[in-house]
Amino acid sequence: MGKLAIETRGLKKSFGTTHAVAGVDLAVSAGGVYGVLGPNGAGKTTAIRMLATLLRPDAGEAQVLGYDVVRDARAVRSRVGLTGQFASVDEDLTGVENLLLLARLLGYSRRRGRERAADLLDAFGLAEAADRQVKKYSGGMRRRIDIAASLVVTPELIFLDEPTTGLDPRSRNQVWEIVRGMVAEGATVLLTTQYLDEADQLADRIAVIDHGKVVAEGSSGELKASVGAGSLHVRLRAPEQRAEAERVLAGVLEVQVEPSADPVALSARISDPERVARSLAELSRGGIDVTEFALGQPSLDEVFLTLTGHAAEEDAA
Amino acid sequence: MNATTAEQASAPVTGDVLRSVLLAGERPSRPGPVLTSLTFGWRALLKIKHVPEQLVDVTMFPIMFTLMFTYLFGGALAGSTQAYLQFLLPGILVQANVMITMNTGITLNTDIQKGVFDRFRSLPVWRPSPLVGALLGDLVRYSIGSAIVIMLGLVLGFRPEGGAVGVVLSVALLLVFSFCLSWLWTMLSLILRTPNSVAGVSMMVMFPLTFVSNIFVDPKTMPGWLQAVVEVNPISHLATVVRGLMDGSVPAGEIGWVLVSSVLLVAVFGPITMVLYRNKK
Repeated sequence: MGKLAIETRGLKKSFGTTHAVAGVDLAVSAGGVYGVLGPNGAGKTTAIRMLATLLRPDAGEAQVLGYDVVRDARAVRSRVGLTGQFASVDEDLTGVENLLLLARLLGYSRRRGRERAADLLDAFGLAEAADRQVKKYSGGMRRRIDIAASLVVTPELIFLDEPTTGLDPRSRNQVWEIVRGMVAEGATVLLTTQYLDEADQLADRIAVIDHGKVVAEGSSGELKASVGAGSLHVRLRAPEQRAEAERVLAGVLEVQVEPSADPVALSARISDPERVARSLAELSRGGIDVTEFALGQPSLDEVFLTLTGHAAEEDAA
Repeated sequence: MNATTAEQASAPVTGDVLRSVLLAGERPSRPGPVLTSLTFGWRALLKIKHVPEQLVDVTMFPIMFTLMFTYLFGGALAGSTQAYLQFLLPGILVQANVMITMNTGITLNTDIQKGVFDRFRSLPVWRPSPLVGALLGDLVRYSIGSAIVIMLGLVLGFRPEGGAVGVVLSVALLLVFSFCLSWLWTMLSLILRTPNSVAGVSMMVMFPLTFVSNIFVDPKTMPGWLQAVVEVNPISHLATVVRGLMDGSVPAGEIGWVLVSSVLLVAVFGPITMVLYRNKK
């Protein structure tokens, strides 16, 4: 653990009667990726907007790179880069105009700004699209120009608010590569996501937030351990055998088995993967035909179910 | 999503190139408020270049109004369209300018809804500069609108006694007033949720403000109470000034009036705008 890049204590923000962020304590060490995982409406964006000085906290304190987000907002702004959830570049302008605009605002001369814009476009595989309006970019290209725009002056800390939401798998991988590249160069990245596998892939540490509060914090291994090994999903041939199957599985796995909305499906969160094979053998011995089974990693839903006692979806704003 | 296929396939980010870009990041010294405002003004001009449709209001609207009022009312109000044009043109110039300032609020409201304003607000630049820059860009739009009205007027037979100097001075004053009035719209654009509601409220303010003035008719025929309203309406004073300058006289008192109301507009609506802007969710 080095010095802290972000430290918050009792951070709060309400909009009317909605407590978007209801007392968040974070300690993010410098270097690496810190993931903030939560469903829509959990308060991720509100938290990030306070840290990036766009929103004033109602209560609590937050220091970013050692500067208070309210008292030293300007010092914070000159050291962080923000890529918002929605296109944070001007869609009417071309890629190169967007980067040049930011370069000029950050103090580059016209000539150096042009060079910097060209370098960034090159590095992000956008050189050919430089003179095209951003609104004509594909989703993946748009995300890349968004991130490039945060790097005009290399920030010490980068906020990425749901950088891959809505992207196809290929573009998502490209964004992941960029994040890894930035971290390799010593940057600190705070990233919010709704996807457990994204946090898993990228983040060194993860805070799970729900209803504006941190409900768990740790490395992805620690979080998964707290959730269990994952879950078993089984589909049967005959719906009338489901009750019987539920009884058999519950007996072997020694956990609660949940019937799904699908009349032939069942799922169970498992603690001991060893028992899975035995439970399937038990089903076959009992004459219950299984058409499909899968052993899944714990999903965000399951993390939530375990950590908060309710499903992630119910939170969706 | 309108994906462009060719670039999708092009090389994505490579580690080495990314590294060099990140390492090369210099930290230039921060530019001052004037430069950042002008840079945002440049953004506004780029938007005009890429979306020229947004000039419709500064071109069609003034042409329509000048022609309609001259030929519909000219004969009835002043005996002949020519005589009326001489009276009307400076007024219609004021009206056209003041009306197209409304678009500032509508554009800004649309703009602020988008993520790009979050980025602007997270930059270490003088806070009002995105707004000031947008208004500076609008000055170009107002100038285009003014040039169109004046040229149309000249074609129709309007002859300013004050000559080029009078015309240029009156347009300059008009731009100052429009810039200051725009802070009313920036405030509205931060209070109201949608561009439509900004447009609606702006219309409700603008119609009485421009019509209950001396732009179209001499207020002498109006009832006394209405004359009193016209008398305090800053738009009337502005129209009087523009008329005077174009006619070759220098109505110093009236110019003072216009400048004072301009300063007041900024002094009142500027700070309110900035407070709203700072606390924008």
